[in-house]
Amino acid sequence: MSSNHVARLQGVRLSYGEVRALAGVDLTLPAGCMVGLIGPDGVGKSSLLALVSGSRKIQEGRVEVFGGDMAERRHRNRVVPRIAYMPQGLGRNLYPTLSVEENLQFFARLFGHDAAERRHRIDELTEATGLHPFLRRPAGKLSGGMKQKLGLCCALIHDPDLLILDEPTTGVDPLARAQFWELIGRIRLQRPGMSVLVATAYMDEAERFDWLVAMDEGQILATGTPAQLLQQTATASLEAAFVALLPDRRKQGHAPVSIPPLLVDDGDIAIEARNLTLRFGDFVAVSDVSFRIRRGEIFGFLGSNGCGKTTTMKMLTGLLEASEGQAWLFGRKVSPKDVATRRRVGYMSQAFSLYSELTVRQNLVLHARLFGVPVAEIPDRVSEMLERFGLAAVAEALPASLPLGMRQRLSLAVAMVHKPELLILDEPTSGVDPVARDAFWRLLVELSRRERVTIFLSTHFMNEAERCDRMSLMHAGRVLDSDEPARLVEKRGAATLEQAFIEYLLEAGASSDAPAAGKAPVAIASPQPAASPSRPPMFSWQRMVSYLWRETLELQRDPIRATLALAGSIMLMFVIGFGISLDVEDLRYAVLDRDDTTLSRDYALQLSGSRYFIEQPPLTDYQQLDRRMRSGEVSLAIEIPSGFARKALAGRPVEIGAWVDGAMPQRAETLKGYVQGMHQHWLMTQLAERGGTLPTTATIQTRFRYNPDVRSLPAMVPAVIPLLLLMLPAMLTALAVVREKETGSITNFYVTPVTRSEFLLGKQLPYVVLAMVNFLLMSLLAVTIFGVPVSGSFAALTLAALIFSFVATGMGLLASAVTRSQIAAMFFTMIGTMVPATQFSGLIDPVSSLEGAGRMVGELYPATHMVTISRGIFSKALGLADLSAAYWAMLLSVPVIMGLAIMLLKKQER
Amino acid sequence: MTLRSLANIYHLGVKELWSLWRDPMMLVLIVYVFTVGVYSGAKALPETLNHAPIAIVDEDDSALSRQIISAFYPPQFTLPQLISPAEMDQGMDAGRFTFALHIPRGFQRDLLADRDPELQLNVDATRMSQAFTGSSAVQQIVQGEVNEFIVRERRTAQAPVDLVLRARFNPALERAWFGSLMQVINYITMLSIILTGAALIRERERGTVEHLLVMPVTPTEIMLAKVWSMGLVVLVAAAVSLQLVVQGVIGVPVEGSLPLFFTGAALCLFATTSMGIFLATLARNMPQFGMLLILIIIPLQMLSGGSTPRESMPELVRNVMLAAPTTHFVEVGQAILYRGAGLETVWKPFLALALIGSVMFAGSLLRFRKAITRMA
Repeated sequence: MSSNHVARLQGVRLSYGEVRALAGVDLTLPAGCMVGLIGPDGVGKSSLLALVSGSRKIQEGRVEVFGGDMAERRHRNRVVPRIAYMPQGLGRNLYPTLSVEENLQFFARLFGHDAAERRHRIDELTEATGLHPFLRRPAGKLSGGMKQKLGLCCALIHDPDLLILDEPTTGVDPLARAQFWELIGRIRLQRPGMSVLVATAYMDEAERFDWLVAMDEGQILATGTPAQLLQQTATASLEAAFVALLPDRRKQGHAPVSIPPLLVDDGDIAIEARNLTLRFGDFVAVSDVSFRIRRGEIFGFLGSNGCGKTTTMKMLTGLLEASEGQAWLFGRKVSPKDVATRRRVGYMSQAFSLYSELTVRQNLVLHARLFGVPVAEIPDRVSEMLERFGLAAVAEALPASLPLGMRQRLSLAVAMVHKPELLILDEPTSGVDPVARDAFWRLLVELSRRERVTIFLSTHFMNEAERCDRMSLMHAGRVLDSDEPARLVEKRGAATLEQAFIEYLLEAGASSDAPAAGKAPVAIASPQPAASPSRPPMFSWQRMVSYLWRETLELQRDPIRATLALAGSIMLMFVIGFGISLDVEDLRYAVLDRDDTTLSRDYALQLSGSRYFIEQPPLTDYQQLDRRMRSGEVSLAIEIPSGFARKALAGRPVEIGAWVDGAMPQRAETLKGYVQGMHQHWLMTQLAERGGTLPTTATIQTRFRYNPDVRSLPAMVPAVIPLLLLMLPAMLTALAVVREKETGSITNFYVTPVTRSEFLLGKQLPYVVLAMVNFLLMSLLAVTIFGVPVSGSFAALTLAALIFSFVATGMGLLASAVTRSQIAAMFFTMIGTMVPATQFSGLIDPVSSLEGAGRMVGELYPATHMVTISRGIFSKALGLADLSAAYWAMLLSVPVIMGLAIMLLKKQER
Repeated sequence: MTLRSLANIYHLGVKELWSLWRDPMMLVLIVYVFTVGVYSGAKALPETLNHAPIAIVDEDDSALSRQIISAFYPPQFTLPQLISPAEMDQGMDAGRFTFALHIPRGFQRDLLADRDPELQLNVDATRMSQAFTGSSAVQQIVQGEVNEFIVRERRTAQAPVDLVLRARFNPALERAWFGSLMQVINYITMLSIILTGAALIRERERGTVEHLLVMPVTPTEIMLAKVWSMGLVVLVAAAVSLQLVVQGVIGVPVEGSLPLFFTGAALCLFATTSMGIFLATLARNMPQFGMLLILIIIPLQMLSGGSTPRESMPELVRNVMLAAPTTHFVEVGQAILYRGAGLETVWKPFLALALIGSVMFAGSLLRFRKAITRMA
């Protein structure tokens, strides 16, 4: 490294639409040490890290990492192998259905290690982190702490010089957290040159870092060592220092939280739970949990994400039914049918579930009404709530436009609007800045002490748990102990609540998934740098295979997608095969025979003999004809006038009337054709029988080629196969890419050396294979169940299907390149494939009948050629040579579509 | 049902309407499908024979053959391509034309000599939409020209018995009439399923439904609120579309009673909105819901008799589709709107719709609480 800093930011600004994430940041990050970014959620920490890692596109300002400009693609390509980035969220860049081993293999391949090197590194890293015994476990089934360790292993697999960790320990239990930091410490001892950049919301954690950056509202408040910050603000803790650093306007009304002593009646129990247990299949979410909460008490649940806090709360509200055990609210058994008790309870769920389409006032009014607050009282009650929770100024605003702290207060106001006696609050303060958190707590204290409202809340912040009257420590679905916070500390003889919690966790055997500290030294320092030559190759076969292999594994393990792909196409083939039937058969008709002679009956008899018609009871008059046609009972009515036989035999002109139901024009048209043909035929036979001379005329011999019976199935099935071969594979491929955007694992594409073409091809090939399986299944179905034989060369058809599969999946990639959400990708693919394929590709009306733009689309759209080939081979007994023009046209579209998809895919997030 | 329940259902329904009102994407979708969607859907269906590509091999090169050639012109047919006999097979194989008419050498001479000459018409029968109607049209045109030619030359009499064909309810057999109304029916189904289903999934993803369940409201109330509010929106949109777009812009005359039709539509909406809720309880997230939607909507639209006649479907498919609300709704729509039928003819499908709706509603109710709380 040329200098003593690893990254330098100048005038960096970033906004997401209207929202400003970074408002002019100038910062120089020292190299070779542990730098911490501190501040609550939404202040721009993650955005800053994403810019430094190169995963997000720079909007304004200059970002330099390792002495080069990150806006330059060549520099990025060069330094990317030296940076490791672990995005926010537990295991967000991991693949949950893949095992620990498979995840690590995937990352190792991306960085070009060979098989032996991969084995060596994976074993070393997993042994050092204690993950070795769990190599076969799917990443999605790991605990939060283990997920973070796996994320770390994946990040370290290529010996980075800069390790970027975004809130690596949020929501992880304190023991796992301590182990995590210890691990980082050991790694840094091994690789002293490595710079570590960490964002965190836990202030206590930050005290261990070498150098800190305090951030608020997209700006830097202060930088320096922890000691410097404490000294500068003359405070004792970083939390207090942070509050002191905030600009005055943000601190207005801030005062420390003081909690008056609790005066409760021990016999007055608000909540009681006995042996609550909840199982989902063989997974025990909550096991044997018991506690009693007295009226007016503030009771806290402390534990990591996924330890069962939320599940327990849901059982108390009646949202989930306990597998075993029982709970009482105010002495009444909890039951989903007990509507009366619900009026006494207010509930605030984890994500502040508010109706984002309703204004603040509308939210309050709706909840008041639903909770049965008397109509006359509602206006007063709502304004009281607005006043009390400081929301009066924003009463007409939509919740989404409010800052997090205000949304949280609104959420509490909504839970309080019916004056409940009990509040159940699930992580009410997560992500909220310290000032807002303290304000929130003052409200809680007031409710508890003044109005004797019982408050039951959950949290993963230690300092919040300390404020509760009593609390339970939860881990892995069990309550470890319940008592006053001070007593818990005392019981373990620990200095802090965190220490006490760790002791409890150790006692409960939580450490079994990690090695004893210091047992296995980290030995990841390989002699030679893993990074490939300074200029990475344009296309690496290994990286492409890496994505290919991973996509295949994921596809295998997601039964819903695979089922949809295969069963869905078969089902749709049935539906369309039978649905787009242009056959007209079994038509019901009736005759109004006013003549009733041999000749008239002979005329009517003609129809009943045909396979197309089914005779209904004869008609008697016009009224009946009218009624029966209206009800749809008969589609054709024939009227033979009186005197028909007489006139006809005398050679005088006579008219037979036929009424056709025109409600379905297509059917009526065909029907007319039948009737006319029949009439002609009858005339001829009559004349011949009577020895009359036929007028001279020309006969037209019609040869229905390729489908002599003119049946729908042989005509439709060969055209339906291309349609389905296009739609479903395109959609699946599009979803496969966009899903990564939604779950966040797309970051791996942004921050690793993998190129766009490697990424897309790797993701595409499994779906090409799937499409081919699909094609074979559909062909089998066509030949067997539908009875449509392949009259031409099947090999040629398979070749066409293969080319077309590339086209179809390519279209999916194209759709995925321009969309962000799965729903949008689905709609986009539907419109981009279904509409042109059904309307302009000759499926129903031949392309040569189209005009204007439709004709152009039809001529260019690859599905047109596939329909021509499929029909040619299925029905017309053609081969490769006869259809070469269509093959070439289709083949040509592959590079065009793929090129577009590659061009439109962004290698950085915008 | 108590007054409180009714009040809850009303307030929750109003909430749904507010949510929809503030969701521009959905509003655009509703407006789009009932205006542009209906219009283009109606116009996209070409008249039966529209630019059917035809080629003629003229080996006779006589006055009659030239007369026949000039009888084919747009919009029914394309202007005929004149080809050599050798090109015929090739062109048919490549799909360049659907019809190839072969006029043999000496055709006019043979006709005038009473030798009953033969013409050959080759039809590409893989193109079902043109093959059948097109071939009878070709025959009629050729016969007409031949007859006219003979009458001109010889003055023979006409055939004594004439057939007068009339199409009822749609005399000119205009496809736009059929297409536009079927589009309205299809969109009623599609939108009602999407609106309720997607809204429920989104509420579940945001956790607001869960919130409702801890309030003193029952799942029945929550569901009924969705059914009435979303049903109303679709009904109003469909009514406006029927008046302005179908009757106004496209100019389709509606024979029967509109109030009766909308009663049927309301019954169908009860069934389809319940179905939307049911699908939303089956799917775990939006993409799954979307996939499910495709697999459900396509059969509903294709097999319910709105695109092709039910008579030509296999027995099994016909029976299975009796369980689908759209089958009955299409029947109601065709009977009332085209044929002007009254309640005495459509009471049976009305009853079927009510029954299907109740079963769907009960089914979703059974799954509702469980499905909502299944995943955190």
